[in-house]
Formats: sequence, C-alpha cells, structure tokens
Amino acid sequence: MLYFSKLRIFSVIIFTLILSYFSISNFFKIDDNFFSKNIKLGLDLQGGSYLLLEIDNKPVITQKLQNKVMELKNFFKDKNIITRNYTVDDNSIIFDTTPDKSDELNNILDDDESEINPYYQQYKSHEFDFVKDQDSFKLTLSKYGLVLLKNASLDQAIEIVRRRVDEVGTNEPNILKRGNDRILVELPGLGDPGRIKSLLGKTANLTFQFITQNTEESFGTEKLEFEDGSENAIVSKRIILSGDNLVDAKPSMNSQTNETVVSFTLDRVGAKKFGKATSTGVGKRLAIILDGKIISAPSVREPIIGGSGQISGNFTFQSATDLALLLRSGALPAPLNIIEERTVGPDLGQDSIDAGIMSLIIGFILVVLFMIYKYRVFGVIANLALISNLFLLVGVLTLFEATLTLPGIAGIILTVGMAVDANVLIFERIKEEIKSERNPIIAFDSGYTKSRTTILDANITTLIAAVILFFMGSGPIKGFSITLGVGILTTLFSVYFIARLFTAFYVIKNKEKESLI
Amino acid sequence: MREISFNKFYKSFNILSIILIITSLILLAFKGLNYGVDFKGGTLIELRTDLNSANIKKIRDSFNQLNLGDVSVKNFGNDTDFIIKFEKQNSNDPKFIDNIKTKLSGSIGTVDFRRVENVGPKVSAELLQSGIIAIVLSLAAMLLYIWIRFEWQFSLGAIVALFHDVIITLGVFSLFSLEINLSIVAAVLTIVGYSMNDTVVIFDRVRENLRKFSDIKIFELTNISINQTLSRTIITSATTLLALLSIFIFGGEILKGFSLAMILGVIFGTYSSIYIANPILVILKVSQRTIVKEDKD
Repeated sequence: MLYFSKLRIFSVIIFTLILSYFSISNFFKIDDNFFSKNIKLGLDLQGGSYLLLEIDNKPVITQKLQNKVMELKNFFKDKNIITRNYTVDDNSIIFDTTPDKSDELNNILDDDESEINPYYQQYKSHEFDFVKDQDSFKLTLSKYGLVLLKNASLDQAIEIVRRRVDEVGTNEPNILKRGNDRILVELPGLGDPGRIKSLLGKTANLTFQFITQNTEESFGTEKLEFEDGSENAIVSKRIILSGDNLVDAKPSMNSQTNETVVSFTLDRVGAKKFGKATSTGVGKRLAIILDGKIISAPSVREPIIGGSGQISGNFTFQSATDLALLLRSGALPAPLNIIEERTVGPDLGQDSIDAGIMSLIIGFILVVLFMIYKYRVFGVIANLALISNLFLLVGVLTLFEATLTLPGIAGIILTVGMAVDANVLIFERIKEEIKSERNPIIAFDSGYTKSRTTILDANITTLIAAVILFFMGSGPIKGFSITLGVGILTTLFSVYFIARLFTAFYVIKNKEKESLI
Repeated sequence: MREISFNKFYKSFNILSIILIITSLILLAFKGLNYGVDFKGGTLIELRTDLNSANIKKIRDSFNQLNLGDVSVKNFGNDTDFIIKFEKQNSNDPKFIDNIKTKLSGSIGTVDFRRVENVGPKVSAELLQSGIIAIVLSLAAMLLYIWIRFEWQFSLGAIVALFHDVIITLGVFSLFSLEINLSIVAAVLTIVGYSMNDTVVIFDRVRENLRKFSDIKIFELTNISINQTLSRTIITSATTLLALLSIFIFGGEILKGFSLAMILGVIFGTYSSIYIANPILVILKVSQRTIVKEDKD
C-alpha cells in the first residue's frame, strides 16, 4: 500500500495546488471573476451591524378582520340574511343572526364554493375557521390564513426595508427573511447603526386628516397628540389622503419662511382627491399625521390642485431628509421591533483579526516544533501535511466563499492542534508494528491499515459535533463549525494522501536503515 | 516502555470524579451559571476611553446615573477598555444607544463604543433553548454513533465520560462565575467531540486486545490498552493544548472564555477517557464474549 500510481500522485499534487492557489489568492487582487474569490469576513471581523427585526403583525390582523367584517355585512345583506352585533377582538370576529337563518348561514360559511370563501378556490383550505353557538358565530383566522397573511406582510415589509437601507447607501447590505415574521439585516462596515435603526423603527404611515372644531372625542373622530407633545387635537377619522398616493418626496427650503420643509408630489388620483378636499375645506386646519402623531396642521388658505405640496414641522435638514426618505420608500405594513442588535466597530474587528492571526502563527509554530521534537523526520512529514492542510482548508473556504468569523479563526487554530492526531496515531502504530515485523515496508503498511478505523471513528465524532453546531448555531458560531468541519475533511486528505506519500518515499529510500521512526 | 499501572487508581479517581460531579451539580443547582446577554437578554457595551483617568468606579457611577438598572462594569484586556452589561435593552427606542453615548461623553469624556450587543428577551430565550438542544442533540448523536460502532457496554462508558466532562467544565464555570455565552456552547460541543475522540481511540484498542487475548481479565486489559495508546494520548492533548493556549493568551479578550472552556474540556476529556470510560468496562465485566457475540450477529 506504500505504492502510489503516477496518476494518483499527479492528481494529489494538482488538487493541492489548485486549492493552495485559492487560499493564496486572498492576499492578492486578481481581476477575473472566477479566480478572484475571497473569503468573506464576518461582521465580527470587518466591523458592522447585525439587526434582527420582528414584525408586530397585530395591526395587519386587525385590519384584515375589519375588512372581513365589511365583506360579511355586505355579503349577507345581499342574501337577505340579517347579521348584527359585530364585535372584533385581537384575533376573531363575533356576530349574531336571527334564529331562522342561522343554519343557512352556517351552510354558506361551510361551503367551499361560496363567494364568501374566495380563499378556498386558490388554496384548497379556508382562510377562517368558524364556530357556531346557536345564533352566534365566531370567525377566527385559520392556521393557513394566518401564515399567508404573515408571509404577505413580511414580503411587503422586507421590500420597504430594502428600499430604506438602499437609500441610505451602505456597503453591500444583506437583508434576509427569518421564519415568517422576522427580517435579518446585516450592514457590513457600519459602525453606528443609529440612523438606520431610527429609519427602520418607523412605520411611516402618512395621512392627511382635517382637524374638527369639537373639543371632545366623539364618533368618527380621534384625539391625537402633536409630534412635539405640545398639544392635542381632535381629528376627523376620514382620511383625505395617505402616503400611498405619494410619488416623490424631497427635502427643500421654503423660500418665504426660510424653513426646511419636505415637498411632495402626488399621483393623479391623489392630486384629484387633495384638490377636492382642499377646495371644500378652505379655512379648516389640515393635520399631517405620521404614525399617529401630528407633524403639523396648517390652515388651508386656498385649494391645492397642482398635486404637490409641502410639509413643515420644525425640521432640521437631517430630519427632513429622513422623512422624505421614509415617504419615498413607502409605509411598512406593520411596525418593526429590533429584537437583537450586534454592532462591532471596525477597529475592534481589525484588532480581532490581528489577535487571531497572531495566535494562529504562534499555535502553529508551537505544534510544528513539538512534532519535530517528538518524531524528527516524521515530525517534518507531519508538519508538511499540516502546512498543506492549512492551505487546503483556507482554499476550500475561499472556493465556497465561506464567511470567516473570529470563532472561525479559533476553529482553524484548533484544527492545527488536532490535525496531527491522525499522523500521531499512525506513527505510534507503526512503532508498535516495527517491534514484531522486520520488513519496514510491511510494518509501515500495517501501521496505516490498523489505525484506519480508529482515525475514522475519532474524526467522525468531531464531525458530528461540527455538523450539529452548523445547523443550530448562528453567525460567528456557524463560522466556527464550518472551519472545524472542513478542517476535519482536509486533515484526512492531508494525512492519507500527502503525508502518506512523503512517508512512502522516505521509507522506500531508507528501508535498510536500522531505526526508521 | 515501562508500563504504568493506571488500573491501580481506578477506585480512588472514580471517587474523586464522583465528588467533583456532585460538587458541580450542587454548584449548578444553587449558584447557577452566569449567563451573558446572549442567554439572559440585555445590553453589552464594550467601550474604550481616551483618558487614563477613567476607572471602573467612575464609569459605574456615570452608568448608574442613567437609570439602566443593575449595571456591571469590568475591565476588558487593557486599562482603557471596559465591558459594561445591564439587563435593560432597547425597548424600541432606536436612539437608546446614542443617548447613552451622548450622556457618557458628558461625564467621562470621549468614549468609543467598540462593540454593542443588544438582545431582547424573546431572542435570548430562543438562543438558550437552541443552545441546550444543540448540546443534547450532539450527546444523542454521539451515543447513537458509538452504539452502532461498539457494544452497549462501551457506549455507556463513553457517554458517562462525556457527561462527566461537560458537567465538571460547567461546574468550573459556575464556581468562578465565568460567563456563559454562545461561544461557550460551541466550546462544549467541541469538548463533546474531543472527549469522544479520545475515548474511542482507547476503546478501539481495548476491543482489538479483547479479540487477541482471551485469558487476560478486563481489569488488566484496559491497563494494557491505555498504555499502548498513552503516547498518542499525551502527544495529541499536548498539541491541542498548545493551540488552545495560544488562543487563550494571544487570541484577544473575546476568545478567552471559549479557549478556557476548551482547555478545561481537553484536560477533563483526556482524564475521563482513562479514568471514567475504562473502569466502566471493568464494572460491566466486559470480556471476549461481549464482542464475539456481537461479531456473530
């Protein structure tokens, strides 16, 4: 078994060289797409921000239920079935009907073909589950209905988040879905995520509503606070115009008042609505409301029919820019909460890289010296295997453009420490075999064969741990599991193909020597 | 090479291990673990100050004025670097961190926030859960693997050794109130892999010797096997420890806990492969018949 075919030697060399090329290529700039692969540095090494956002879907669900109530009312009115006493709570609709119609109503709700169940045609399951209690019905969003609703709202939110992050113009942001109500935002190189956080933290629901003359809240009106908290106003619930009708918004300077404002342009429908409302409402105060707070409430002096206007409200240039950005990117379907944030400054990242490389070099030198001290020539062979192992490991990581994290560097150092294990097992076994076997070639051969299952067993156990960590871990820890796992594979390759090749050459050349190992 | 009688000390070391495990369990039950923000939720800030005059007391006082609840301040590596931890998190104020920074600059001068971690209660609960699942899964996977590869007596020995290593390592963390974070979970999993690796090497040899010698009692046989693999055991733990010590000393503050856990794990793992896994084979009266019967199956 110490014999290697020329083809095999050739392939091992080619394979090793290719991967070594990739590992070295990290240190040079090469202007070719395929060959210029690089290991990506994790946020903990290059610095940057990791934000995990969770959608609070409550308003979306409430909106959905309210729409459904309207739909139900109209539908049953057309069918001449009396429904009444509608109540909507967090996740269900309750209403009553007359005793004589309750069975009919039950059948309609149950009917897959009925127009009130349009969802069924598409998804072959009901959007709402319902429970009948005598003449009272309770509708709740079904499991599938809820998932679909959440997915739709997540898709919409991720689109808005992307627009907002892109507008700020950070370097290669990474925006991903997590589950059905979370969004992961990775912002490499961003040392201070304050601005992005405040942009993502706003739903940016813009509405124009008239302020009423009433002093008390009554039906069809609501009491809202001004943004600066200075006063309250009673506002009509009727929405004149919403942010959906905006086609553009930008910060500008009002030439008359010398004030920073946000000027906006409306689409055709919006312009028409706005024109009509301002014509009838001359003299009234029009509240501009963002996320339930009044930004400003100017009096309408004349009809605004051009389809453009200005929002004033004690803006600085920065806050006007941000509001314009929010209005351009559109409103989130529901508020987003930041439930996890990890930010690493770029200088700490560089410190971590330096420390990681430092400990890799020192660990490597210590192991190399120890092996030479213990095994002399074979120590050198094991070290050659170790060096090629490092090149292979970094090469594989580069080829797959894996992300290198600080724990990932620790995984590489650990691989250096544990990689010699396989060669040690082999060498120790050969030492034993040589005691009973005179022919060194046979002794070496059986040393390799007899240690094989042990080496496999030992490495598979570590590989199992790495795989589990890969699937359960996140971020930096995942980086550790990747280097540890790939490290085991390259270790086995370097031991069985590279170290063994050198061992074979050496033993065949020196087979007459007394003590080989 | 002269043979060392490891088996003479099986009993005494077993008693020691039992004492260590019980102590660790008591510590874990009553003192508990010092969870970091990953698992407890809250905010961690690593800051660097310009002034040499900034000290822990001054920083703690400034933070206490911010009404953040219980604040812990520790030096981190350098004299100018500090780690600050408190339980309060964002609570949806995007300016939360900025405000702290502004107020701090007022009281202790220029500060640079090198690292900020802010974990909400929901996420920390999930991270803790997935950490526990990862450790349990890996133990189960090891058990399964070794069950397929070896006879049940061996699996039991290996698993008891694993639990021994994990429990005592966590016990040390509890004793010294060292922080448990995500990287410690990674370390524990690697310890599990390493300890298994070490045990498997000796067990492979025990099994081989069981086939070879029918007349040697298991008590002797384990000792022979430990000695035959001793040189490998020492060299591999030595190189692994060299690598880990290098991380511990030169790898920066962030990897300190991780490498410490691994160093403890390698030491306990090496010890347990000899003094826990093997005595269990003796207690279970493993003999040539144990493996011959399996081979026939």
